[in-house]
Amino acid sequence: MATLVSGLVALGPAVLLAATGLLLLIINAVYPTEDRPTLLAAVSTVGSLAALGAAGALLTGAAGVLSGPEDSVALYGEALVVDGMSLFFAAVFASVTALVVVASYDYLADDPHRAEFYSLTLFAATGMALMASANSLAVAFVALELASLPSYALVSFLKGNRGSVEAGLKYFLIGALSSAVFVFGISLVYAATGSLLLPDVAAALTEADEGLAGVAAIGILMIAGGFAFKTASVPFHFWAPEAYEGAPAPISGFLSSASKAAGFALAFRVFVVGFPLAGGDVVASVDWVLLFQILAVVTMTLGNFAAATQETVKRMLAYSSIGHAGYALIGLAAWTGSAGGDVMGAAMAHLLVYGFMNTGAFLFVALAEHWEIGRTFEDYAGLGTRAPMASVAMSVFMFSLAGLPPFGGFFSKYFLFAAAVGAGYWWLAAVGAVNSALSLFYYSRVVKALWFDDPETEFELGATPTALYAAVLFAAVATLLLLPGFGPVIETAQAAAAALIP
Amino acid sequence: MILEALIGFTFLAALATFLSPDEYAGRVGFGLSLLPVVGSLYMWSAFDATGNALLSGGSLAFETQIDWLTVGGYTLQWFVGLDGISLPLIVLSTVLTSLAILSAWTPIDERQSQFYGLMLFMEANLLGVFAALDFFVWFVFWEAVLVPMYFLIGVWGGPRREYAAIKFFVYTNVASLIMFIGFMALVFNLPVDSFGLPAIAQALRGGELSGFLGMGAGTLATVAFAAMFFGFAVKVPVVPVHTWLPDAHVEAPTPASVMLAGVLLKMGTYALLRFNFTMLPDVAATLAVPIAAIAVLSVIYGAMLALAQQDLKRIVAYSSVSSMGYVILGLVAYTEFGIGGATFQMVAHGLISGLMFMAVGVIYNVTHTRMLGDMGGMADRMPVTAGIFVAGAFGYMGLPLMAGFAAEFFIFQGAFASTVLPAAPLFTAAAMFGIVIVAGYLLWAMQRTLFGPFRLETDYEVTRAKFHDTAPLAVLLLCTIALGVAPEAFFGMITDAVVPLLGGGA
Repeated sequence: MATLVSGLVALGPAVLLAATGLLLLIINAVYPTEDRPTLLAAVSTVGSLAALGAAGALLTGAAGVLSGPEDSVALYGEALVVDGMSLFFAAVFASVTALVVVASYDYLADDPHRAEFYSLTLFAATGMALMASANSLAVAFVALELASLPSYALVSFLKGNRGSVEAGLKYFLIGALSSAVFVFGISLVYAATGSLLLPDVAAALTEADEGLAGVAAIGILMIAGGFAFKTASVPFHFWAPEAYEGAPAPISGFLSSASKAAGFALAFRVFVVGFPLAGGDVVASVDWVLLFQILAVVTMTLGNFAAATQETVKRMLAYSSIGHAGYALIGLAAWTGSAGGDVMGAAMAHLLVYGFMNTGAFLFVALAEHWEIGRTFEDYAGLGTRAPMASVAMSVFMFSLAGLPPFGGFFSKYFLFAAAVGAGYWWLAAVGAVNSALSLFYYSRVVKALWFDDPETEFELGATPTALYAAVLFAAVATLLLLPGFGPVIETAQAAAAALIP
Repeated sequence: MILEALIGFTFLAALATFLSPDEYAGRVGFGLSLLPVVGSLYMWSAFDATGNALLSGGSLAFETQIDWLTVGGYTLQWFVGLDGISLPLIVLSTVLTSLAILSAWTPIDERQSQFYGLMLFMEANLLGVFAALDFFVWFVFWEAVLVPMYFLIGVWGGPRREYAAIKFFVYTNVASLIMFIGFMALVFNLPVDSFGLPAIAQALRGGELSGFLGMGAGTLATVAFAAMFFGFAVKVPVVPVHTWLPDAHVEAPTPASVMLAGVLLKMGTYALLRFNFTMLPDVAATLAVPIAAIAVLSVIYGAMLALAQQDLKRIVAYSSVSSMGYVILGLVAYTEFGIGGATFQMVAHGLISGLMFMAVGVIYNVTHTRMLGDMGGMADRMPVTAGIFVAGAFGYMGLPLMAGFAAEFFIFQGAFASTVLPAAPLFTAAAMFGIVIVAGYLLWAMQRTLFGPFRLETDYEVTRAKFHDTAPLAVLLLCTIALGVAPEAFFGMITDAVVPLLGGGA
């Protein structure tokens, strides 16, 4: 009993997210005909904030289960592990979820399936939180599917909108394919090692005989392919612009920050714990660091160049999100074992900052969609005078995404690149810095449209959607306020990442 | 904590102004901007000049040093403090911002709250640039200054404002990136564990730099010096990387031009002094001839360009290139009077160029043209403005008892006696020739705009400027004269901070 209780406490963030999702379904069952938008939104918000609080309490040791980010608790025959890294990512998912559910309140004003929307979002977040905790390849696969299946439904949530349905279908087909690749990779690794638990896989890989090296290597490559899909990395990125553009804008933000971070959480643990580089012959034949170096460089370059040629803001953000996946991949691409904790911790901190600035940017797009002012850069002209605070917030997001000081994005990128230099991969940092400088070009197009250009046609903005507006402003404030609080964030992230090193 | 209070209050004032209604924004912004003026004047009066130099190992005035975060073995700190070099620039920033806000009342007629909010936001960041002593804190403020200026030019500027704003942003941002990489190359190869400028300067002067990627310490120092010099030279700007400046100035609204010429250009020379010349004096000495050549080229070529302009604002803009060339010459001389005079010139040029841009702005407000060919006889219609314009021009030419004279005198004296710069008298003489050209284009411009018969063809009344248009001009003129009569007000504290720099190793 005591183990069960402490296990539930340790899994607090995931449990709270799941319970909130279920509670929403119950509320919807009790009031099937009545519309209770405020209640549903409030429950979702409180639930995700509670999960955030639980993650924070566990991470600081206040809950008494863990003593700090270096500590870890293994549950259910070590299939799940709660440690600093999983809690750090749980905090990212919970905060993005809170932003998205608050913002969706206005976005879904006329939608009859609000309860389903909220519960799907929370179930997806539960899956993400479990992804960050998965210590077994089987749990990893189940958690990945738990996060993905609600996402497919959420992307095609606007049933009357052809773009949304089409995006959902594309996302689903490619997702199903990559799940198949992923699970096939797992089966090959299982064949070579006889285990699904990551530490056992690592042990078996160092002892396995040469004959199975090829099998394990193909398995690891296929698993990497599965992650590339979830994190929208090249070459499995084709779905991302379509899905992000077609999906409801808050969901685009949710997918491109939380879902992507979940993919990285899983990849960090599986590769570092499951396939450690230091070891025997089998793993030495699969130099996944080299693989991720290639992926990182190609992903950030391709994402940035594609973003520069887009005509609609949402699509630009979708491609720029691919570029940011490339930056986060540095966390694995500059993995050296000894300095690896610093690099990976910096990548985690970047994903946290990214969670706020990228979600915020998509929420601003949601605001624009709510006002029905069009999708291209030109359509945003003159918004600076009509909605000054939201436009300031959007400018903050754009400058922060471009990595300009004094915003959070500058610091997380700087620490990421500096850590890569510290690990000896200065050329990775250089590619990242050049890409970052290039990205200023297309991010500033949005800022230019908001403040410099005059609108071509006179139009009136509708009523200001309070919750959406508040979420946008909150994300901007968080992007700024992360700056003075960046010390604890990056120290926690690096301690958590360093604790992963076997 | 007074520095933090000053910076923090200015940020809050910016926010309050941004949120205030348009019709009051000008008055709110001006009123709120007076408190930083009072604060900076208080710091001036309370300033203790003894033992406050960056390199002496003592503590700086109003210093705060709090550990912020530790990453990869490096400690980042909230580290601010003032010495005799930064304090005059702080005072200049607060005074000039208030006056620039006042001068904006007439020309800025749309989105006032945003305009004044951005002006105050820029002021807060400028104060941060001059106060910060940790590289990270400094770089954050340094880059944050670009953002408001980008908007000020891009939203309220002239017909080609977008082009000018983006050119300004791209030029200075790329320059900052190169400078950033140069500085990081130094820090990563030093046995220091913080980004504090005093610690880094002392380690570099102590010869603790090690090589990197097969480069020896000497080569690395030279490469890093070049990268930082390029980054700051774009900001100054010197020939041949000055081309963003005339575009930015001509398109910018008058108050933004005042801030750009008055304070933003000083960021470049201030950083050159703080980084290149304080940290790597040996490299500066070996590169003295090319740097002095660039300085003299900027003086002469900038003045020649000004001579060729037909647009009054362009004349003043190009004259900044020329005047900032004197500052570089003073720095490279590396003598007490050279560096002291360069710092003094930063303040003097801030006051006088601010005065000139405001005067051009006032004339433009009533005539709606800046072309020399269209104007004439303005002195009859607006005698006060014309009088101040003439006085400011004389200040620019270096008329004795004006701040410009004192500054140029110090610089020439310092440069002439330089032991670092070979053939120093030759360079100094060449730079002094610039004064002749300056006098030439200013007298020519005044003669064609202010004097002679009135020949502006307009269908509206050309009348005297309003009181709140000429008041800031008068204040600036008084400051210019005061500093010219009593240069000791700043020069004493400047030399206190400069002398320890000249001592070679730490």
